[in-house]
Amino acid sequence: MRDTRRRRLVLVVLLMLSLTLIALGGGSSGPGRSLRSFGGAVFGPVQRAVAAAWQPVHDLFGGLSRTDQARLQQLQRENDQLRLAARANQYDHSRAAELDSLLKIKDLGGYTIVTAQVIGIGPAQGFANTILLDAGTQDGLKVGMTVINGDGLVGRVKTVSGSTATVLLAIDPNFKVGARLADSQQIGYASGGGSGVPLTYTPFNNQQLMTAGEPVVTNQDANFPGGIPIGAIGQVQGSVGTYGRTATIRLYVDIGSLDVVGVVVVPPRTDPRNAVLPTAVPSASASTGAGTGPTAGSSPGAGARTGPTSTSSPSRS
Amino acid sequence: MAFVRVLLAATMLVTAVVLQTVVVSRIPLPGATPDIVLLVVVSLTLVRGSTIGCVVGFAGGLLLDVVPPADDQVGRWALVLALVGWFGGRAADAAEGSALVPVFVVAVASAGAVLGYAAVGFGLGDLRVTGSSVLHALPTAVLYDVLLAPFVVPLLMRLARRVEPSTTYARSFR
Repeated sequence: MRDTRRRRLVLVVLLMLSLTLIALGGGSSGPGRSLRSFGGAVFGPVQRAVAAAWQPVHDLFGGLSRTDQARLQQLQRENDQLRLAARANQYDHSRAAELDSLLKIKDLGGYTIVTAQVIGIGPAQGFANTILLDAGTQDGLKVGMTVINGDGLVGRVKTVSGSTATVLLAIDPNFKVGARLADSQQIGYASGGGSGVPLTYTPFNNQQLMTAGEPVVTNQDANFPGGIPIGAIGQVQGSVGTYGRTATIRLYVDIGSLDVVGVVVVPPRTDPRNAVLPTAVPSASASTGAGTGPTAGSSPGAGARTGPTSTSSPSRS
Repeated sequence: MAFVRVLLAATMLVTAVVLQTVVVSRIPLPGATPDIVLLVVVSLTLVRGSTIGCVVGFAGGLLLDVVPPADDQVGRWALVLALVGWFGGRAADAAEGSALVPVFVVAVASAGAVLGYAAVGFGLGDLRVTGSSVLHALPTAVLYDVLLAPFVVPLLMRLARRVEPSTTYARSFR
């Protein structure tokens, strides 16, 4: 209708503005970065408050994915009391179990963790592989810290505000981490493949024997804690000695049902090797002795801090 | 009056962004997240026309770009939703108001937003934009938005009209 020049000008100006923002480095540098930290600072407290208010409703409707429900059903069969409890209470139990396994993994590996609750998930229409945690710099979180749950590696802190943190999930194509085959002790790196695509293990040399089902853990370096279970080797592509040999990794963590996670704020002083793996160490490589050494005993008092558990997980009780 | 209008639009956008990031996103639905911000943009552009719609879309998109857990280049949603606001308003002008227009506009806007965001990402070399990831998000994104539209859009349009009752599309409902 009345399509005046002024109206078109608005469109053109705004399009140029967004293109300029994108061109100026997006969120990683320039004005985008400061805009984003501003957004985090302003919206963080609001998001936390709304998430906390929503939590009871979330609990009531389960807030659970299929895998959790399977575990829940098993618990129900075992426990009459649980069967009679209200749904919200059941969710508490499941979350307590998650917290339990998280604390176990923390003890086994000697990690110092801050526990946090997932309060937001990046939208699939934005192709986001991110989650939002209710812990930030106030809780000691920094960019680059590793995020785990009771099953293993979840991702890495990408951006952090005072009260919230955004985690890049391990499935993201931009995610890479040094990895080690638990049985053969050979190293390489694991990288994400995108949503719904398994991770890829790329060995540092093409002579490595990769057998299906072999666990893969993180390799400790200066700023990445070692021994965190990533997943199990799936299909191997290429034969020994050929160029570009890789294998898929079936992730241990169920990305679709993340709830309580832990952020490793202090890596262990020594690599816990295979101590954290769910089924201890497969018998094949017991001779390396790596798995038997640092068990829970090797995590000294330093690894005991469990951060603001009170602020996150039992948000209602 | 202008101040009230801006305040209303800002309130709607901020509420939508917060709800979308920490409430709607955690509802265990397969595929995409219902896009509340898009519904706000469409509602306002239907009431206020494409120019205002474009501005609202830009602002809402910028919020989505900036508020955690956003992780992509800042400006991507701003670009896409500014276009959604613009074309949404144009479509409403052209259609001269049937009751189905809002739902239709939401459906097209929702599909356009997903594809637009993917296209910008493709141009920027975003590794996550693949045929399968687009196909994973697109049908559910449209479905959820279309299902929500009959409940949310008329409500938001009524709110917007209460503040400023005299524009093209609003008239067609009286």
